Amino acid sequence: MGTRPFGVYLHVPWCSSRCGYCDFNTYVPGAIEAASPASFVDDAIAEIRIARALMGEQNAKVSTVFFGGGTPTLLPASSLAAVLAAIDDQFGLAVDAEVTTEANPESVNPNYFDELLEAGFTRISLGMQSSAASVLATLDREHTAGRAPQAAREAFAAGFSEVSLDLIYGTPGETDDQWQQSLHDALAAEPTHVSAYSLIVEQGTKMARLVKSGVLEPTDDDVLARRYEWADEAFRQAGLSWYEVSNWARGGPNGFSMCRHNLGYWRNDDWLGIGAGAHSHVAGLRWWNHKHPARCSAQVMAGELPVADFERLTNSEQAVEEVMLRLRLAEGLPVDRIASQHRADVDRLVSEGLLSPADAAAGLLVLTPRGRLLADFVVRSLT
Amino acid sequence: MWILFRSAEIVPHLMNKSTRRGLPAHVPPVGCKDYPVSAPGPGNTPPQLLRNFCIIAHIDHGKSTLADRMLQLTGVVDPRQMRAQYLDRMDIERERGITIKSQAVRLPFTASDGVTYVLNLIDTPGHVDFTYEVSRSLAACEGAVLLVDAAQGIEAQTLANLYLALENDLQIIPVLNKIDLPAAQPEKYAAELANIIGCDPADVLRVSAKTGEGVDDLLNTVVDLIPAPVGDADAPARALIFDSVYDAYRGVVTYVRVIDGELKHRERILMMSTKSTHEALEVGVISPEPISSKALGVGEVGYLITGVKDVRQSRVGDTITVASHGATQALGGYRDPKPMVFSGLYPLDGSDFPDLRDALDKLKLNDAALVYEPESSAALGFGFRCGFLGLLHLEIVRERLEREFGLDLISTAPNVVYQVTMDDGSTFVVTNPSEFPEGKVSKVEEPIVKATILAPSDYVGAIMELCQTRRGTLQGMDYLSEDRVEMRYILPLAEIVFDFFDQLKSRTKGYASLDYEPSGDQEADLVKVDILLQGEAVDAFSAVVHRDKSYAYGVAMAAKLRELIPRQQFEVPIQAAIGSRIIARETIRAIRKDVLAKCYGGDITRKRKLLEKQKEGKKRMKTVGRVEVPQEAFIAALSTSEDSGPKK
Repeated sequence: MGTRPFGVYLHVPWCSSRCGYCDFNTYVPGAIEAASPASFVDDAIAEIRIARALMGEQNAKVSTVFFGGGTPTLLPASSLAAVLAAIDDQFGLAVDAEVTTEANPESVNPNYFDELLEAGFTRISLGMQSSAASVLATLDREHTAGRAPQAAREAFAAGFSEVSLDLIYGTPGETDDQWQQSLHDALAAEPTHVSAYSLIVEQGTKMARLVKSGVLEPTDDDVLARRYEWADEAFRQAGLSWYEVSNWARGGPNGFSMCRHNLGYWRNDDWLGIGAGAHSHVAGLRWWNHKHPARCSAQVMAGELPVADFERLTNSEQAVEEVMLRLRLAEGLPVDRIASQHRADVDRLVSEGLLSPADAAAGLLVLTPRGRLLADFVVRSLT
Repeated sequence: MWILFRSAEIVPHLMNKSTRRGLPAHVPPVGCKDYPVSAPGPGNTPPQLLRNFCIIAHIDHGKSTLADRMLQLTGVVDPRQMRAQYLDRMDIERERGITIKSQAVRLPFTASDGVTYVLNLIDTPGHVDFTYEVSRSLAACEGAVLLVDAAQGIEAQTLANLYLALENDLQIIPVLNKIDLPAAQPEKYAAELANIIGCDPADVLRVSAKTGEGVDDLLNTVVDLIPAPVGDADAPARALIFDSVYDAYRGVVTYVRVIDGELKHRERILMMSTKSTHEALEVGVISPEPISSKALGVGEVGYLITGVKDVRQSRVGDTITVASHGATQALGGYRDPKPMVFSGLYPLDGSDFPDLRDALDKLKLNDAALVYEPESSAALGFGFRCGFLGLLHLEIVRERLEREFGLDLISTAPNVVYQVTMDDGSTFVVTNPSEFPEGKVSKVEEPIVKATILAPSDYVGAIMELCQTRRGTLQGMDYLSEDRVEMRYILPLAEIVFDFFDQLKSRTKGYASLDYEPSGDQEADLVKVDILLQGEAVDAFSAVVHRDKSYAYGVAMAAKLRELIPRQQFEVPIQAAIGSRIIARETIRAIRKDVLAKCYGGDITRKRKLLEKQKEGKKRMKTVGRVEVPQEAFIAALSTSEDSGPKK
């Protein structure tokens, strides 16, 4: 495994209620049989041990840890701390390791942040989504409009230096003014990092049904593009630079505040996923766990990784993935990573204003602001 | 594929079964008690014991079910082997419940007078596209069973075929089917039929093909009323070809009705229209599996195999005679099939072009009416301009190409043939709208049809309105009964090849029926409307329309394409134009956002698969200039009228 960055992702598949837009692998405690959040810590620690044993000797320490969900903060801070301790115990945490947890604003408080900081967490990512009550209602989010910036301030107050806010734009019914207000309220809390995702109506969700039946009207792509441009501009003015299509970070005394864990996904680094439905990528092999927590639990308790399926990437698949992932980053993709038959397309994309001409001249493919909004098209053109 | 014999082995196998038992060839399968053992054999049947008849019926009126019942009642099919619509062997036929290719089956039947007769049931196609085939089938008969659904009454198609039968001097036996249905109104429709044919309502037989009720009576009536065939047994052979099908193992199987003389096994025969001679490798009858015989005599109906591979060498309507000292006078009535509707067929994937050519070459063997020649389209690449008898024929061919040959096709909007005369007197025959000449056109002629529409009288207004928008001229109107009307129109064929039938059905709640026949050409004020994407005309979208409707057509088409063509990286203007004059314009705005925001929990696999799927979808688009046009856009041009009703 060498000295490449190595991340660990922990999936906490529990939420206090199901949001209508969400298609992530998450469950409401009590709603499914034979599984509950109570067994998360034991299952996760057992799975970490099994993985450690299977992966054998290695030099690299864990450079990033990310608790995602679901709602990790549905669990007591002590539970998250216990799992983090197990990672340190089994793999060893690098001295400068980034340790993030996602947090829902309504499930955290100053004490909770104190405990996390004490346990070694370095970064908090809060799911703010919007500051408009009507939008939060459409999203089925449980927190009130002002709670997320307040929670961010609490995290800073507790001593966290890296706090991120997640925003969603283009929720059906959201107005331009509401989005501007959300940007304003988010930035007022002075986060070191923001993510802004356009709402995707995923198949099989409650929201998809509401859209299909005409209750909700999906937001026009042009409106989404406009809101993205406003966000990009607002973040830039607040000193946050884009480093990935949907992510912006502050440069500061502690260095650039990018999420190093997520960078690992985009740079095609290695990571180990623990928990129901988690994905892993180690040395060109991808695997993913069973989605059902009970199934995972049973398999882990039997001493096996709860792998549902895996794929060994072919060279061409790896090449496609590299373009697909690295092109999203501001640091760009060296042009020699593009297959030779697509080199001619690079010139076309530059002339169409989708790739930065200056960077292209220097052998680097970097999306222009317009190119970021058409990133999938650019990727399709180059793979 | 219509396969007469399931495999090359089956036929000898059947023969063996018969001869092994030392029984005549037509011996029934075990389990049919009432089979008349005394039935005369093929090639040895006195004409006075023969009855050749067909069933004239509309789709769904139960013809195939009645035929099934006759097979059972006469004992030629074991009840255990019975399968629904025994005679319709092509998959598409069974699925659509219609008969495309006719068949003939020999049924030994012991009538109530104790004599065993031989009934030849000649199955006829039931659709407007195949009128000529119907006429040849009728010419092979002395009588016809007019089968009408007792809950629905006669339909236009049936009426048209009835008139055809009357022209051929056929004895008509009117029959109401489905009398077991609760909705049946036998009194009403018996009166209607009696009125049309000029018989007594009491003479209209009533059967239920489903339960078998009345079928025995019907067969006895066939024996009683239909004249026995008359021919000169000593004259040189003359036989009428009423169907010709290609079989992968046997080559072309030709269905014939012997008029004079005898067709003998191993004899050299002459096709009188093509002047080609062949050896009769096998003659026989179908009962309902093929049974070979030494000969076919006067009045007999059966099949002939000569080893030719293409149905064009054995044409429906042609007369067969013997090669040496044969007849000099053909039976008459032969005509070449004439394609009425043209459409471009293109493989979705350009590299499938050779496969499409092979597939058409194979289909042609079994379809004398299909014509095609290669053409290329700037938009669609290499393909074929194909001529069809009509819309159903087009649909069937397309479906068979896709189903039997696994091809993905784009077909352009169907069009008719235009005769264009220029100011300088030169003339063009236009089968592809994009080739419609520019410049000084002095005269354009288009084919017209005589259409007959039958419908409940409540819908007269709706039908007149429809026909008026389709440039129809009312020729006459008659009441068949107090609440059913027959309306006769002259309509441009171009106006009905689009979606006329769908519209007619939807405006009459499905009650109206339609029949039409070509009626020559007439002059019309027609113009070509081109569709331009980014200023470039797309040949596949060009259409020839009446000048009065050209503006509405252009507007509708541009609006439709704006809906169907996805947004591109750049703005795409869509224009409709007549010559250099733009008559409509729409714009597809440039796409501004095409990016998925998030990778969930490192699920890169899902994202890559999505990307692969997007790329696959892109492959299914045709690139016209720089614009990616989905297949649906080409298909949608088929139903571009203002208010197209529900699709078929």
